[in-house]
Parts: sequence; C-alpha cells; structure tokens
Amino acid sequence: MPVTDVQHDLDALTLTITADFAAPLDRVWQVYADPRQLERVWGPPGYPATFVDHEMAPGGRMNYFMTSPEGENYYAYWVITTVDEPGGFTFEDGFALDETFAPNPEMPVASNDYAFAEADGGTRATFVGTYASAEALQKVLDMGVVEGSTLAINQIDDLLAS
Amino acid sequence: MTHPEGSEAEDRADAWFHALADRTRRDILRRVLAGEHSVSTLAKSYDMSFAAVQKHVAVLERAGLLTKRRQGREALASGDVEAVRSVGVMLTDLEALWRGRISRMDELFATDTTTEKD
Repeated sequence: MPVTDVQHDLDALTLTITADFAAPLDRVWQVYADPRQLERVWGPPGYPATFVDHEMAPGGRMNYFMTSPEGENYYAYWVITTVDEPGGFTFEDGFALDETFAPNPEMPVASNDYAFAEADGGTRATFVGTYASAEALQKVLDMGVVEGSTLAINQIDDLLAS
Repeated sequence: MTHPEGSEAEDRADAWFHALADRTRRDILRRVLAGEHSVSTLAKSYDMSFAAVQKHVAVLERAGLLTKRRQGREALASGDVEAVRSVGVMLTDLEALWRGRISRMDELFATDTTTEKD
C-alpha cells in the first residue's frame, strides 16, 4: 500500500493522507486531468462514478454522480479554487440536489487540498480534506461509499494521549 | 434523499461534534475517561466558575459522552468510552474510502507499466 501517513484531526474535522506512488508526477496529475481516469479511481467497487462535467480551472466545475448497486444516483460536485499543474489543486466539494447539479443548500461543503511533488523517483501525494460539520462528514458516509473494514484506529487514543 | 432515515444518527453526531468543539470540554472528557471525577473536583481545575464547569459537563452528558451519578451531595462524572470511540469511527470510515481510492490509483499506474511492456 502506498499510503505512508494518516492523520485525523478531530477538532478541525480534518483528514490528511500521504501516499507515495511509484509513478512520475505528470502521471499522477493525469488522473485528475482526465475524467475517464478519475472515474476509474473515484468510486469504490459497486459505486461507479460518472463525471459529467470536468473543468480543471479556477472556478471550474466537476459535476459527477455515483450509482449505487440498487441503481440510485447520488449527485455531487467540485468547484475548483486553485490549480497548480502538476503540483496540485484545491477545491470545494458538495452535494447536489439532482441531475442539474444545483448545490444542495442544506448541506455544507468540504474543502480539499491535493498536493503532488516528486519524491525519490516517484510522487508523493498529500490529500487534505476539511469537513465543515459532523453532518457533512456523516453524509459522505451515508452515501454508502464506505468501503473496507473499519480500521482499529480509535480516536480515543489520541484524546487520551494529547 | 436529502434527509435519510438515519437522521437520529446525524443528530447524535451533531451533538458529539458540538460537545467536542470546545477545549475545556475536551479536557474534561479526557479527565473523566481516565476515571470518575466529582464535578466539584473538576471545577477546581479550571479558571472558571463552578456553574460554568457544570454547564460544560451538562453539554457532554447531553451528547452521551459522559454519564453522571449521585453520591451523597456529590455529582460524579465518568466518560463513556464507547461513545467517544464512535466519533473517531466516522473519520476512520472516511479514511477507508480514501485508502481505496489511493490503492486504485496505484493499480492504475501498475497497469501502465504492464501495458508498456506488452
């Protein structure tokens, strides 16, 4: 597994994951620059993602939906805030009401910062997601996209250790 | 689909995060997770009134993170370990999703190499 570090910040509702990929920087960037490649990695097994719009530019929208095994579509969007090709980009993501991709005003948005840099012949990627509220976090999980078994990392250990 | 049936779970999550969004309350929770404390003992640890500390304890209690029992004139508070663990579980579940994406990227890059060799 290329994941080299994971940090949970319970206070700031922030998740930071560092991964080292055995691929050149430009190759990692391509995944985000190409909606067909992004679709291959974004949705977990059983929940394929379809990117309808893909504009990698400040202010640009990435509109996509994920389809559940029951055939229900979940609509979501990104608004790109900054682009530093191939070093990364920042965006806000939120939930859309329906296939018009109008933002759901009842749902807060999350801020994301994806950074990529050359490291030891490969690429180090740092993914940071900050959730505005517990509701936003819960909603992401409610969408049925949780995969894998819940790891035995308990926030209580951090609480007691800090 | 805006508000699924699990809104009770969402209300609970909101209460948790609200309760934990305050430094004093996190500190109180740390203490009562380590062992039962009387509210008056807790109050002595902070530069604030007994009533203010009592209020923080009440927020934690409403969120289900702390339980209180009476012993004579004393109110004894202890932390609910299972509830605190659940807060971390949400971030951990999200981590599992991200790990999946990273592993799919890794597989995609591995396919590149195989394809080039073919």
